[in-house]
Formats: sequence, C-alpha cells, structure tokens
Amino acid sequence: MSLLDIKNLSVEFQTAHGMFRAVDGVNFNVDKGQILSIVGESGSGKSVSMLALMGLLPWTAKVTADVMTFDGIDLLSISKKERRKIIGKDISMIFQEPMTSLNPCFTVGYQIMEVMKEHLGGTKKELEKRAVELLGMVGIPAPESRLKAYPHQMSGGMNQRVMIAMMIACKPRLLIADEPTTALDVTIQAQILELLVELQKKQDMALVLITHDMGVVAETAERVVVQYAGQQVEKQEVKGLFNHPGHPYTHALLNALPERATDKHLPSIPGVVPGQLDRPKGCLFSPRCEFATDLCHATPPTTTNGVLCHYPLQDGVPTGHPGGQQSKVAGGNG
Amino acid sequence: MIRFIISKLGLLIPTFIGVTLIAFAFIRVLPGDPIELLAGERGVSPERHAELMALFGFDKPMWEQYIIFLGNILQGDLGQSFITKQPVLDEFLTRFPATVELALCAIIFATLIGLPAGIIAAVKRGSAFDHSLMGVSLAGYSMPIFWWGLLLIILFSSPDMLGWTPVSGRMSAMFWVEPTTGFMLIDTLFFSEEEGAFGSAIHHLILPTIVLGTIPMAVIARQTRSAMLEVLGEDYVRTARAKGLPVGRVIGLHALRNALITVVTVIGLQVGVLLAGAILTESIFSWPGIGKWMVDAIFRRDYFAVQGGLIMVAGIVMIVNLVVDFLYGLINPRILHTR
Ligand SMILES: Nc1ncnc2c1ncn2[C@@H]1O[C@H](COP(=O)(O)OP(=O)(O)OP(=O)(O)O)[C@@H](O)[C@H]1O
Ligand SMILES: [Mg+2]
Repeated sequence: MSLLDIKNLSVEFQTAHGMFRAVDGVNFNVDKGQILSIVGESGSGKSVSMLALMGLLPWTAKVTADVMTFDGIDLLSISKKERRKIIGKDISMIFQEPMTSLNPCFTVGYQIMEVMKEHLGGTKKELEKRAVELLGMVGIPAPESRLKAYPHQMSGGMNQRVMIAMMIACKPRLLIADEPTTALDVTIQAQILELLVELQKKQDMALVLITHDMGVVAETAERVVVQYAGQQVEKQEVKGLFNHPGHPYTHALLNALPERATDKHLPSIPGVVPGQLDRPKGCLFSPRCEFATDLCHATPPTTTNGVLCHYPLQDGVPTGHPGGQQSKVAGGNG
Repeated sequence: MIRFIISKLGLLIPTFIGVTLIAFAFIRVLPGDPIELLAGERGVSPERHAELMALFGFDKPMWEQYIIFLGNILQGDLGQSFITKQPVLDEFLTRFPATVELALCAIIFATLIGLPAGIIAAVKRGSAFDHSLMGVSLAGYSMPIFWWGLLLIILFSSPDMLGWTPVSGRMSAMFWVEPTTGFMLIDTLFFSEEEGAFGSAIHHLILPTIVLGTIPMAVIARQTRSAMLEVLGEDYVRTARAKGLPVGRVIGLHALRNALITVVTVIGLQVGVLLAGAILTESIFSWPGIGKWMVDAIFRRDYFAVQGGLIMVAGIVMIVNLVVDFLYGLINPRILHTR
C-alpha cells in the first residue's frame, strides 16, 4: 500500500463568476521514502492540490476525490481535529515564500518548539535542545544564538532553512515542499534542494517536490507528475519522462530547458495557461499545442498510459495523428 | 528602541508649544473682560481695574504675556482660579482621579467587549453575527453621548422604569470616604471601614462607564475586525495551521498577536476621545471629575482654570500617545529588535 494515495482529486472555488475548477481529476500515489515531483507552469493548480490534501484551503474551496488516503487513513472523512493530529506531524508542508511564512512576532526558536510541543510534548529544556539540533541539521551556523532571533533578522535562505527545520521537527513521513526555492537566490536554491534530498534520505521520508523547473526534477525526483491548468497531463518515471515524453506539453517544457536549446535562443511555449474565463472547449492545451487538430479543439481527451492526449507522443511522433510521420516534433528528441 | 523613543520625544516638544499657543490665544479671544467678570455685579472703579489688569499681567504686550505664561507652565504654575483662589493645578489634580477612574473603566469595558467581538466577527466574516456587530458598532459610533446618556438614565435609573442604577455622583450620600488615592474603587475597598461603600461605588460607575465606553467600544470592535481580517489572510497564519495547532492557538496567538500591533494603537488613540467624552458624560452624571470642572469653569469664565485644564488635558493625551508608541515598539519585534 502506498503512503499517500490520491485518485481523481478535484478542487472547485466559489468565485464571483461562478465555480472555478482549479484542480481537475489528479491521480498519484507516493510510496514510503520516495521522491515525487509535480511540475507545471504558474496557475496549474500545484499548490491548490497540495493545500487540499493538508486541509488548508479557504472555505470557498470544495474538495472532492474518489480516494485520498494517507497511510490508510481516509483524509476525506476524518474530522478537523483528527486531521490536526496528522498535519504538522506525519505530513508537513514547506511553502513558497519563506519571508512571509514565518510569524514576525515570535522568535525562530519559539516557532520550532511550538510544533514539537503540540505533537510530541516535552520539557522546555528538551525542546530547546532538539531545536538547536534541528537548526544545526538544516545548516544554520551558531544555532544556539539563533533561537532568540526573529524572522526579520535573517535572510530569506535562512528563513527557509528555519521553515524546513520546523516542518521536519516531528519527523514527518511525508514532506511536501511547494516551490521551496522559487523566492531564493540561484546560489541558495541548489543548497536548499540538496538539503531537502539529504534530509529525505536520512529520515527516510517521502517527499513531494513542487516545482516549475524541469532541471530540479531531473536532479532530484524519481517520479514525475506534470500538471496543466489543473489537469494531470502526464505521469511517468523521471527517466522515461526525459527520454520519451508522452504529452506535447511535457515535450515543450523539456525543450525550454537551457541545456536542451539547439538554437541560440531558448524555445518557449507560446501563450499562457488558461484562467477561469478563457477555458477552451476541448483539450485545455490545444490553443498552445503544435499538433492540435479539430478533434483537439472540440473534444476533451482521455488518459491513455498516463498521458492525457488524443495523440500521445511516441518517440516524438504523435500516434494516430492525421499529419502522420510529417508531424514529428520540432527540435528532435532524447 | 532608544532611538525610536527619542525621535518620538522630539516630536512632542513642538506639539506642546502649539498647545500652549492655542490655550494662550483661547483665553484672550473669549468675549468679555476678565476683570469685569471677576468683579461681578458690583462693578469696579477704573483705578482698581487698571490695578487688577497689572496684577494679572493683562496690560503687558502679548508676546511678553506669552513668555511669562510659558515660563510659569514650565515651573508647574498654571495660575489661580478666579473663583476659588486655589492654584489651578491643585484643583485639577484633586479632580483628576475621578476622571481617570471613569476613563479606565470605560476603556476596559470597551476593550473587554470590543476586542472579542471584533475577533469573532473576523473569524466568522459574512455571518449574521458579523453583520449585526458591524451595524451595532456603526450605531454606537454615531451615537450622540448626551442623548445616549439620557436614554440610559431614563431606562435604567428612572424609578418609573427599571430604577436599577443611581443617576449622579460617585457614591451614595450615606457614605463618607476620605480620598486616599482618589480612586473610589480602591479607597472604598482598601482604606474605608464603611460597609457597602464599594458596592455603591461600582453601582455609580456602571452607567457612566457604558455611556463613555460606547464609542471606543465601537471603534475597537471595527478596528479589531479589520486588523484580524488582514492578518488571517497572511502566510504565517497558514503556516500555523499547517503545524496542526488548535484553532484557538492559531487565531488567539498567531493571528491576534499581529493584529494587536494595530489595535493597541487604536486603543491608545481613544484616550483623546475618552477625555472629550468625559466632559459630556461627567456633566450628565454630575461626576466630579475634570470634565465637569472644566465645563463649570467655562460657564463661570474662570479663564485660568480653563486654560490650565486645557494644557493639562493636552499634555496627558500627548503622554499617553507616547506610552502607546512605546507599547507599539514593545509588541512589534520589527521595531524592538532591529538588525
Ligand atoms: N482561494 C482561491 N480562490 C479562487 N481561485 C484560487 C484560489 N487559490 C488559487 N486559485 C486559483 O487556482 C489556480 C491554481 O493556483 P495554484 O496556486 O495552485 O497554482 P500553482 O500551480 O501553485 O502556481 P505557482 O507556480 O504560481 O505557485 C490559479 O488559477 C489560481 O488563481
Ligand atoms: Mg504555487
């Protein structure tokens, strides 16, 4: 049995313009000690799906799923109180914005000790000792002296380390990292990722790493979920995904990697992710897809072999496409 | 932090000079000649008039009068009351505790109700409670104190209606309590043998407290609500929830602690409102504090009392605002612990 099992997860928001489906039929599972990566452009529902899992969405959100279990516990039916026993302890989450995610009114030490006190208990002395240990573990120099520091007295990278320390304090079995490095300097990004992977190995926890950077995926993940406009367009092992992407969107994402650029300039995907008001009728990616046919514009595709496409790519060739062999993807493959 | 306080102190001096200028001008633009008023119906001979003008310094040029006036203030001399011949400062200080007691009760009442109400309204925004609280607080905010006081008196004090509470003074005439601290609640509780005096003091405080506390309560409720609404949407509140903390801790500690930074300032700013409100409230309830004293002084044209009272009240408001700024610095780590 998987540690985390999600089937057909959807999230709808009540908005001024009616219901908006931010997450639409997402399926994946994570095994113990495994790294799964969720990739996709901004607005593709990566954060929302994970917040749904944590139960942290505002009341305007309606979460539905066929299955959403953690270690056999049905997260859909448990009470809020029971969920609070799990989140922060067995499942924790690190957020995108380190500078605003820590409370400015409390010291770093307090915020770390608070979560341990809540779930594990212990005397002030023990908690303090463990907090120093954790701060050292995430690579903060002179951890003792940092206990009394406030978040605004430290840099973004340091704050993100504090956040990590706080979220691994109770030795979670699943850690969700939502673009943990997006707000940080490039030099710090690599350090934080390394730290996460190292901690994941050391503590044998599962890691869901949300990112929009395919490079990060290549370096860290074992399995990948690609999301587009709330839908899961592809799910694969990382190696297969890089060598044989099945969805034109995945292919386009890979082509946008700097090291894959064949020309002098970086190819980018034209257009933007559709929002609430400009949803296409058929396949959501069709307005930006180089292979889109009338069928694509008119009818939503179904998932075959983990790929949500009418003409899934096989070795860079869209299978069953009316254009046939001529429509081989630009820029080659593999 | 020290630099923060010094910069605030630096602002105080020009403000204080402005206040003295206003107080100084105020007395001199009021209609009527002070000496004639003092003499009353009997009138005064021209020689005596000139003599008295010289005695009070009204014959000197304006700028010289102001310098003397300022010098006296700095020495704690606010002049003498025309009527009682007592030093204005003494008169002020004997009545001041009554006002402070009333104002403290009013602000405590306003905070005890306004703060939780604002928090609940923010947490349950859009609910019936939220809408009714906002309606009630708007009404409370726009309530004319005089009308509100009379309404409550008619309802609660009038023997024809409920007849629950007394209408005037700080204490039933049955008791005599020697002022030790000047705070009736403390004096009756700790320094008086009189049985039942404490209860009587509380009884007398109820209506004035409600009347004076209504506007601050409305302001505090509204400001707490908006501060909480803002804070509840912050990332760190989501983090607190992600830690699996109980709701009470997330709202009452993580969110409230940040919201309080604004709310404390709002509460502090109510001190000016309270002192202004005290003037009316004390008149309605014959509360022997500085509000009533100043109103009486205005009607008697007791110029020095009015002037001295103005300066003292303004000075107190400024000091309280300074304390609020200091508190703001204390509860806001971004000011207290700068890098
Ligand atoms: N509370 C909300 N109410 C309405 N719509 C929302 C709400 N939160 C998110 N959305 C919408 O849901 C969609 C998905 O948002 P989400 O934050 O999950 O994107 P993301 O994939 O995490 O993007 P990013 O890379 O920018 O973090 C967006 O279109 C967003 O506008
Ligand atoms: Mg996001």
